[in-house]
Amino acid sequence: MQGTQPAISMRDISKSFGRIQANSRVSLDINRGEILALLGENGSGKTTLMNMLSGIYFPDSGHIEIDGKPVTIGSPKDAFTYGIGMIHQHFKLVNVFTATENIVLGLKEPGGYDLAAATKRIEQICQTYGFDVDPNQKVYDMSVSQKQTVEIVKVLYRGAEILILDEPTAVLTPQETDKLFAVLRNMREDGKTVVIITHKLNEVKDISDRVVVLRKGEYVGELITAEASTEEMTNMMVGRQVTLNIDRPDPEMKYRMERIRVRNLTVKTRDGVTKLDDVSFSAYTGEILGIAGISGSGQKELLEAIAGLQPVENGSIEYQVDDDQVEQLIGMDPIKIAGMGVVLSFVPEDRLGMGLVGSMDLTDNMMLRSFRNGPTPFTDRKEPKHLAELVVDELKVETPGVDTEVRRLSGGNVQKVLVGREIAAAPTVLLSAYAVRGLDVNSSYMIYDLLNRQKGNGVAVIYVGEDLDVLLELCDRILVLCGGKVSGIVDGRTTTKNEVGLMMTRLGGGEAQ
Amino acid sequence: MIHVAKRKEMPLAQSLGIRVGVIALALVVCGVITAFVTGLNPIDVYGTMFQGSFGSPRKVWILLQEVALLLCVSLALTPAFRMKFWNLGGEGQVLAGGLASAACMILLGDSLPGAVLILVMLVASLAAGALWAAIPAFFKAVFNTNETLFTLMMNYVATQLVAYFVIVWENPKGSGTIGVINQSSEAGWLPVIGGNKYLLIVILVALLTAGMYVYLNYSKQGYELSVVGESPSTARYVGIKVDKVIVRTLIISGAVCGFAGMLLVGGSAHTLSTSIAAGRGFTAVMVAWLAKFNPAIMVGSSFLLEFMGYGAGEIATTYGLNASFGDILTGIILFFIIGTEFFITYRVVFQKKEEAASNV
Repeated sequence: MQGTQPAISMRDISKSFGRIQANSRVSLDINRGEILALLGENGSGKTTLMNMLSGIYFPDSGHIEIDGKPVTIGSPKDAFTYGIGMIHQHFKLVNVFTATENIVLGLKEPGGYDLAAATKRIEQICQTYGFDVDPNQKVYDMSVSQKQTVEIVKVLYRGAEILILDEPTAVLTPQETDKLFAVLRNMREDGKTVVIITHKLNEVKDISDRVVVLRKGEYVGELITAEASTEEMTNMMVGRQVTLNIDRPDPEMKYRMERIRVRNLTVKTRDGVTKLDDVSFSAYTGEILGIAGISGSGQKELLEAIAGLQPVENGSIEYQVDDDQVEQLIGMDPIKIAGMGVVLSFVPEDRLGMGLVGSMDLTDNMMLRSFRNGPTPFTDRKEPKHLAELVVDELKVETPGVDTEVRRLSGGNVQKVLVGREIAAAPTVLLSAYAVRGLDVNSSYMIYDLLNRQKGNGVAVIYVGEDLDVLLELCDRILVLCGGKVSGIVDGRTTTKNEVGLMMTRLGGGEAQ
Repeated sequence: MIHVAKRKEMPLAQSLGIRVGVIALALVVCGVITAFVTGLNPIDVYGTMFQGSFGSPRKVWILLQEVALLLCVSLALTPAFRMKFWNLGGEGQVLAGGLASAACMILLGDSLPGAVLILVMLVASLAAGALWAAIPAFFKAVFNTNETLFTLMMNYVATQLVAYFVIVWENPKGSGTIGVINQSSEAGWLPVIGGNKYLLIVILVALLTAGMYVYLNYSKQGYELSVVGESPSTARYVGIKVDKVIVRTLIISGAVCGFAGMLLVGGSAHTLSTSIAAGRGFTAVMVAWLAKFNPAIMVGSSFLLEFMGYGAGEIATTYGLNASFGDILTGIILFFIIGTEFFITYRVVFQKKEEAASNV
């Protein structure tokens, strides 16, 4: 089956969004009849690269060849004429339509809306590849995995020869993943080409023939899966350790005590997908505990469970007030937690969606935590205004004034406002998720500095991060999550990027047996 | 190449200036259309419109009362709207309040002293309006049902309920109406103060306007509902109980609608019919939006709509024009006002092709 000519060649592809370089001179080949895994950390530019094949984005420079002929893919329609179909992470289905209706929707071919004929063809496709989908079922009645199946069938129905799947297993249970992989193998047998975007090494090993690794928007290398070891792939994915010179003062051992004790914590989504599985750890005063892990490994749920925002299936989260008083945080909401005298500050990942109100000014945003203060039914804006001015002053927030809407500020300044407010509460526990995401270098160092000062004040800081270099230089200890489980807890001073990288991708970090 | 870009914040003076200019421009356009379509002198037509509202002290007072009643319903919807809860059930909530008032007047009119009766009416109508809004709010909070449809449907239920009771309390029998309630005893009629039967309603609504302004902008509850409206997850993050705030806000919204119902039944109409709300529940939506949910500006927007309404009626009778002509003028003016908001928020950039290329 496999010719010498690659089905698709991408050459020197670059793409940037504003100041962010998403892809820089990436070249790769996709061969007909293979399953290619595109591996890389979050933000390594995998999805952007594939979006340029599916016509969502247009490369800034570089060119694409299909079967050796240069082509221009300017729209998803162009992509389809070349037989390329992409299944995105977020499904684009009409809920009140059946599978068949969704599949034929928008087709221009004659007889495209002959539903009976379409249903027959869909059933045929399903039989060929082993899909399990009822063409007459309404989308709102479907599970996530069924919706994904509809998306895949939709692409096949349109005659795609090359399928790109963007992290298809992120929303699936292990059983559903097995089913999907079986289908993908059937497609390969049928001569289709499959590209699967992923950051899960076990899946790469499971399904792919060849693996291409991207890091920070650049092509790092490629391996034949059968000949590659997990360690090799991890190294390519996380890269060499670089030195950032982030300050890391030693924790004050004299006053060190256990502050947060999490035991056997299990969290499930409403659909029953396990997000945290039997997680146990402790956070101590005066230290920064880093949380590492591939995104979606349960970091969000862990922080929100501690903050009282996440219903918990099982387990306990204890807050140690002093040597002989311990409070249980499970079943508490943020108000009750504050009512117990626990000052728990939380810098969430979604700054404008969760931590702040974009359409309100700085003063009103400062008030979010404190507006209940005072005996009258009226709010006092004097204190918050004062605080806003203080934060603007101390953290050098660039804003026309404290009465400017927060959403008009740049990302870094928004983050400073949020961190400033959370720190102003003089917390005993500080939770932060991706605190430096999207920030420039100076703002990032300012945030590290603020976290270190909190640590110096005896605060138990929990820092969820994605950049391993930062985690290794900033944190005293690092807890590594892998698929919702604790893969291990390591000393930030002695561990290596390699070790953490392996733990992120495989429980315990060892090589596959 | 035309594209639309968001403006930086515009100074208040400038945006006010633009708005005033636009209304003037709208009047000019209306004038041209009037002259063109009817052959009448637009200045005369405007004069007549003005007469319709300000022709006599009585007309002025009627206008003020109508402005007050419309404003009252608009104020009622505002807390819900600020919370992004689209309460389109003002009509039904006003009817529920009116029905409760009428029930008190008819059933208790003979047995309670005047002041006590009015107090009972007040409580009953607030409660009825609140209940009518709390039902959809509860379903929104617990089951996330669509409030727009739900509140709209509640209007029909209220209308049918009132229709039923109109037949029950029919007076005289067979007329199909209730007639003036307690005409001889005037029990449950709101008192006339200062010798002017319109004054009380105007004063009450003025107080309500100030109260609502303070509630929304300076109270803790007002702050909470704004946070819930802008971002429910931020609200949960700071420990605001979103479902509680939704129900509480709608109880207030509905209660104020119920209050408007009482003002209508006890204060101005002294009767009950299915058309007593007269579309105010819907006009109020427009009043609130035009004022961007600011109670102070709502005084102006409700005044504008009522003024245009009376003016339209006046020119229809004076010149024998179709009443719709007045509506056309109202439509043109509203079109201009709403259009301005777009140009105040955004600017339209015309770019030549080469410029566009060099800007990338």
